[in-house]
Amino acid sequence: MTDAGWIILTGILAATSCALLGTFLVLRKMSLLGDALSHAVLPGIAIAFFFSESRAILPMFIGAATFGLLTTLLVEAFHRRWSVPEDASIGIVFTALFALGVVLISVYAGQVDLDQECVLYGEIAYTSLDTLLWNDQDYGPRPVWILSGVLIFNLLFVGLLYKELTLASFDPGLSLAVGVNATLIHYLLMGAVSVTTVASFESVGAILVVAMLIVPGATAYLWSDRLATILGIAVVLGAISAIGGYYLAGLWNSSIAGAMVVVLGALFGVSILVAPRQGLLARAISRGRLSVKVAQDHILLGMVRQTEKGAERTWRRRDALGLASVHPWLAQWALRLLRGRGLVALEADATVDLTTAGRRQGLQLLRGHRLWETYLNQLGLPHDHVHGPADSVEHYLDESLQQEIGGLVPDDGFDPQGKRIPGESTAD
Amino acid sequence: MSDLSSTPEGDLSPSPEGDQSPTPEQDSSAAPAAPAIQLLPDVEPEKIPIRIHDMTIAYHRKPVLWDVDLDVPEGKLVGIVGPNGAGKSTMILAIMNLVPKASGWARIYGKPYEEMRRIVGYVPQRESVDWDFPISAHEVVTMGRYGHVGWFRRPSRQDKQIATEALAKVGMAEYADRQISQLSGGQQQRVFLARALAQDAQVYLMDEPFAGVDAATEAAIIDILMELRAQGKTILVVHHDLQTVTRYFDWVIMLNMRVVASGPTEEVFNETTLNKTYGGRLTVLSQAAQAVQDYERGRG
Amino acid sequence: MFDFLSALHLEDATVRMVLFGSLLIGATGGALGSFAVLRGRSLMGDALAHAALPGVALAFLWTGSKSLPVLITGATCTGIIGVVLIQFITSRTRIKADAAIGIVLTVFFGVGIVLLTHIQRSLVGNQAGLDKFLFGQAASMVEDDVRVMSVMSLFIFVVVLILYKEFKALIFDPNFLQSLGYSLQKVDLALMGLIVLTVMVGLQAVGVVLIAAMLITPAVAARFWTERLHVMVVLAAVIGGVSGATGTFLSAQAPRVPTGPVMVLVATGLFVVSALFAPRRGVLARWLRQRANALRERRHHLLRALIELEERAGKARPFSTQELVDELGWERRRVTREAKRLRRLDMVTLDHKGVEATPAGLAEGTFVVKCHRLWEHYLVYRDILAADHVDRPADEVEHLLTPDILERLEEILRRDHGIDTERVVDIHGSGSGYRPAGRERGEEVVG
Repeated sequence: MTDAGWIILTGILAATSCALLGTFLVLRKMSLLGDALSHAVLPGIAIAFFFSESRAILPMFIGAATFGLLTTLLVEAFHRRWSVPEDASIGIVFTALFALGVVLISVYAGQVDLDQECVLYGEIAYTSLDTLLWNDQDYGPRPVWILSGVLIFNLLFVGLLYKELTLASFDPGLSLAVGVNATLIHYLLMGAVSVTTVASFESVGAILVVAMLIVPGATAYLWSDRLATILGIAVVLGAISAIGGYYLAGLWNSSIAGAMVVVLGALFGVSILVAPRQGLLARAISRGRLSVKVAQDHILLGMVRQTEKGAERTWRRRDALGLASVHPWLAQWALRLLRGRGLVALEADATVDLTTAGRRQGLQLLRGHRLWETYLNQLGLPHDHVHGPADSVEHYLDESLQQEIGGLVPDDGFDPQGKRIPGESTAD
Repeated sequence: MSDLSSTPEGDLSPSPEGDQSPTPEQDSSAAPAAPAIQLLPDVEPEKIPIRIHDMTIAYHRKPVLWDVDLDVPEGKLVGIVGPNGAGKSTMILAIMNLVPKASGWARIYGKPYEEMRRIVGYVPQRESVDWDFPISAHEVVTMGRYGHVGWFRRPSRQDKQIATEALAKVGMAEYADRQISQLSGGQQQRVFLARALAQDAQVYLMDEPFAGVDAATEAAIIDILMELRAQGKTILVVHHDLQTVTRYFDWVIMLNMRVVASGPTEEVFNETTLNKTYGGRLTVLSQAAQAVQDYERGRG
Repeated sequence: MFDFLSALHLEDATVRMVLFGSLLIGATGGALGSFAVLRGRSLMGDALAHAALPGVALAFLWTGSKSLPVLITGATCTGIIGVVLIQFITSRTRIKADAAIGIVLTVFFGVGIVLLTHIQRSLVGNQAGLDKFLFGQAASMVEDDVRVMSVMSLFIFVVVLILYKEFKALIFDPNFLQSLGYSLQKVDLALMGLIVLTVMVGLQAVGVVLIAAMLITPAVAARFWTERLHVMVVLAAVIGGVSGATGTFLSAQAPRVPTGPVMVLVATGLFVVSALFAPRRGVLARWLRQRANALRERRHHLLRALIELEERAGKARPFSTQELVDELGWERRRVTREAKRLRRLDMVTLDHKGVEATPAGLAEGTFVVKCHRLWEHYLVYRDILAADHVDRPADEVEHLLTPDILERLEEILRRDHGIDTERVVDIHGSGSGYRPAGRERGEEVVG
């Protein structure tokens, strides 16, 4: 495989391992604890280096897991026993441990080959050079082996303990009642996160690991309502960020890890806008659609009410638009849609007229409105109070609902204001 | 630090709880009358679904339940009533060992809760859960079966089938795949109930299942509970609506920091006991509890 | 003051100035941090710091200048954008606050790293001054820097003084604040603005990752010592200042070690010391108090035992250890030990004849007995407990009944049940009221 290939593979492995576990952090509202963990394992790594005097991975994992668990314990302890607010607790613990790590590294840096900047933002570009030599055979880059192992472990962890993780995250109370030890799950998860972050350090460094932990899961959360799907999407997003990050860094001549995070951020930003249902665009569209429908209805209603009074009025375009009482553009759009539906017709002299179908539809709306008024009046709302609510509800009363309400109100055919309720059929 | 508030003697000290105005102390109706608490001394412990003895619970060293003695008979629909802060939810949580006890114990059919977990179904208050979590109603109900499934394994097809049936029973079959945040309050409550049903428990503990729920849901829930009772199960319900107590429950427990009464509804639920439960605050009791807490905090 | 500093162009002055700068940072962080922590915004400072990084890089890219005011302006801009984004995400999507903070924090930081490495690789060597923002290097502070920082800190302190009442109300009683006509949002915004400035002041001395500590740790440490807000703020400023100065001083001894981490470690050390040794809220104080409680309880039990024994015997006489062991159910050793303690307090006499209460001991014991029995009466007459249940709850509470509770108790029992509280009858019926034979009934000792 080419150098680029190894680099991208390493990135993918790191990002996907993190995304798997990080999604649970996001859902458990422990994103900042994950952030804290990734910083707080630094002294663990430093100590592991001093003891093993090498960059062997196992001591690093042990060091990381130890300090990860220590962090979790201390945060709990400060919060529960010393009454420190939880977020302050996290802040105190991770900064203290991180500071300790930096001091240890800088003091003993000469003795061990460990560059604090490298730890912080890693250098994934050197991946292919860092090969695994075993029995004098080159088996490929060491980080790839390590991260593959971590990925497999994480897959097993999430796969086997899926229901325990879900239960403990969703309802710790029931978890206890059912016999699943939520605290144990918590510590196991934190331990796994610690190990994963350390494994990813070499590639992307401490601070950016956090992004790989929480951004994919949070982004996926905008796209789906099912946990399994969210996990899947998060993993895919992680992979995309690795590939995209590599090429972006080449383009901008910058750190690959940073570029990966930028890609993640961009994916997140785009998702906020375009995700179906959760995205801002989607919500704006559905709001817009509603407004247009309401505008159309108001135009029809206004024109139909006029015909009731007997006088056939000619509607100038402008007046018809005014019936919608919305922004002129919206009104114009509504009018165009009405013409498209064949409910109004534009005459040669630029006046607007109801078609037969339009009149029918208008009467239907009017019937709905007046039925509702009558119904509310029956419930005890005074006459002059019913018009407003009817005005809002009328747009939602389809035929079956109208029938139902029609059955509930007295059949004298008049609404509380004394106006006639149009009949069910296409009455005139 | 979360209970800091501004008071004269120090900005950051916790504010004294409850109302401070001296209300007239409750008037006791007579000289030492026997408490209207019916225990079951003649029944064997293994046949009593819930027995609580001498249980005192303190939240942060402040006693909220004093010396509770209770027996709950089998096959009854039991209502627990009392004013806010009376310790109703606390008692349920204490039965399940979710809050620590300052003294006393609770037994399920003669055994400690840990051994009888399987047969106790818990329906919590709706606020206790994160409704934005991405799972469907069906998945929530299936969780009720987890006690039967064991570590590392997946719920079986049968488990999922039981969950589906439970959902159908509460009238939520068509919402099975809906994500829970898309459900209304009444629907969420039904899902919780379905979960307890799926657990196939013998004893059910329900915390305010009717709170904030529409009339139709309430009727549906009570129907299911009565059906459970007909099957011989025991159901404890923390209830907030006094109007419906006589209609729903055949046994009632009245709490106000201590058990005021416990027995068949017709015998025990009357004006006297209601007065004792709801009429005015037990100021001295609360004051004493506060004194304990203050002393622990070093303010005494 | 600036004249003073610039007049002494000695090696000392540089060090002094750096120390002063660090002290400022610590003090400002501590003071502002008090409000931030109490308002639940502890980690906002962390987010701000991370979000500041791209601003630093961008400011340099645009202006080519590495002067502190320029960089700080850039940092502030992106910092504020970050905070606004966090609000936006939290309010408009279903992403929760903690995830929003984390996302903005890391993504902005990632952007910052991209820019920094880009600068590093494209423009040779020019990013040297920029990445001290990561770890902090207070030692590289120059006079101009300190001047800027002083101005900013002064500004911050002045605003805090002016808006102190508003901030206090914001934290403890937001509704009251609103009822006075203040806009909650505006006050909150002002606080956030100050937090931004504080972070910027400290950023280049402490570094991005650790600046959160200067906002949080001194404030939390100060909280252990006091209940009053203004004391907390001042104390936090002092602790922060001390951490800053000490940290810088120590790290100057070991040139390879950056200043930020050492400052944080000092602050954390002070936090631990505060948590352990602060009076009242500290761990040690609590332990001592609990122990004192336990001792007092035992003392009372023994005195009560003496008095009840005396009641039953019908006269005052010394009681043997064995009699006390039987009465209390304690081990012999404990009886002896407690008796000795009581003797040291002059509450009993202890000799070969046995233990006997002195007048002082009698007074306290009487009070205890009275409390206990009144409480028992109360519990029974209020239908709270059956008569055979009362002993233990009374046991625990009797030590803690304050005088006014007692008064109410007496009043209720007297008024509603006609109990003569002058003669406190033992509810278990063991005596016919306590009248110590042949002795004055002691003064009411208010325990």
